[in-house]
Amino acid sequence: MKFAVIVFPGSNCDLDMYHAIKDELGEEVEYVWHDETDLSKFDAILLPGGFSYGDYLRTGAMANQSNVMSEVVKAAEAGKPVLGICNGFQVLTEAGLLPGALLRNKNLKFMCRTVELQVVNNKNQFTSEYKKNEVIQIPIAHGEGNYYCDEETLASLKANNQIVFTYASENPNGSLEDIAGIVNEKGNVLGMMPHPERAANDIMGGTDGLALFKSIVKQWRETHVNHA
Amino acid sequence: MKKVKVYVTLRESVLDPQGSAVMGALHSMNYNEVKDVRIGKFLELQIEEAGRDIDTVVKEMCEKLLTNTVIEDYRYDVEEVTSK
Repeated sequence: MKFAVIVFPGSNCDLDMYHAIKDELGEEVEYVWHDETDLSKFDAILLPGGFSYGDYLRTGAMANQSNVMSEVVKAAEAGKPVLGICNGFQVLTEAGLLPGALLRNKNLKFMCRTVELQVVNNKNQFTSEYKKNEVIQIPIAHGEGNYYCDEETLASLKANNQIVFTYASENPNGSLEDIAGIVNEKGNVLGMMPHPERAANDIMGGTDGLALFKSIVKQWRETHVNHA
Repeated sequence: MKKVKVYVTLRESVLDPQGSAVMGALHSMNYNEVKDVRIGKFLELQIEEAGRDIDTVVKEMCEKLLTNTVIEDYRYDVEEVTSK
């Protein structure tokens, strides 16, 4: 399986993402610069965390205007898995691939620590390797992770089981309904503020993030590989 | 040449924690008559005549890039820039 890690000017979690895929999962992965115009050879697209374009204007706003984004939209429409973490989540909401937006943290502080997440939906290509309602430890590192959407959007997120991760013991940023990660209606685009790629090896302090990447690979193998 | 001033604020339904913090500070300074503070952005654009309707162009720019209409509202003024 071949992963693309999209690199914007100011991305800074691209290396962690690359190593999680290459060294922990043992899958193929390439960095893709933001002005690339063809993603057709990739099976999954990863948008890493960081501060694309210095967070100028709004987080993710300028990254959304990059050449590569029309290709990311195309990949999402084709049903390929698209995962946006932290700044990647912000870019996906700016692109309209996910509903809502990420606001400044309620306490106005940059939060950087490990938090507990609950896997509220494990019937999904990103979370099938977790147990339903499993509580996992994943680091967060963001200043604008306060998820917001209007009431109508929230009702449809709930009705379609699009809320995948919630903050379990405490809500670090004021996020609506403790939302930490959501998928699109089709279920192939996931955005989340916490960083599973930073919990992919024991030396990082935990491996709870690994099952997310394993779920993506498992789903892909089941649908694309002919067992001999 | 036109000067366009764009004012961007968080929508009323969206909490503005910066505004609330500033209001708290103003109250602690005994400006108790302050009932709300909203913090926003101000953008100033110089736009050349290009045969396109300026309102259409400004609205397009606001909705495609300058603001996120999920969380923000905008308004703008257009001023004629007279050459000296």
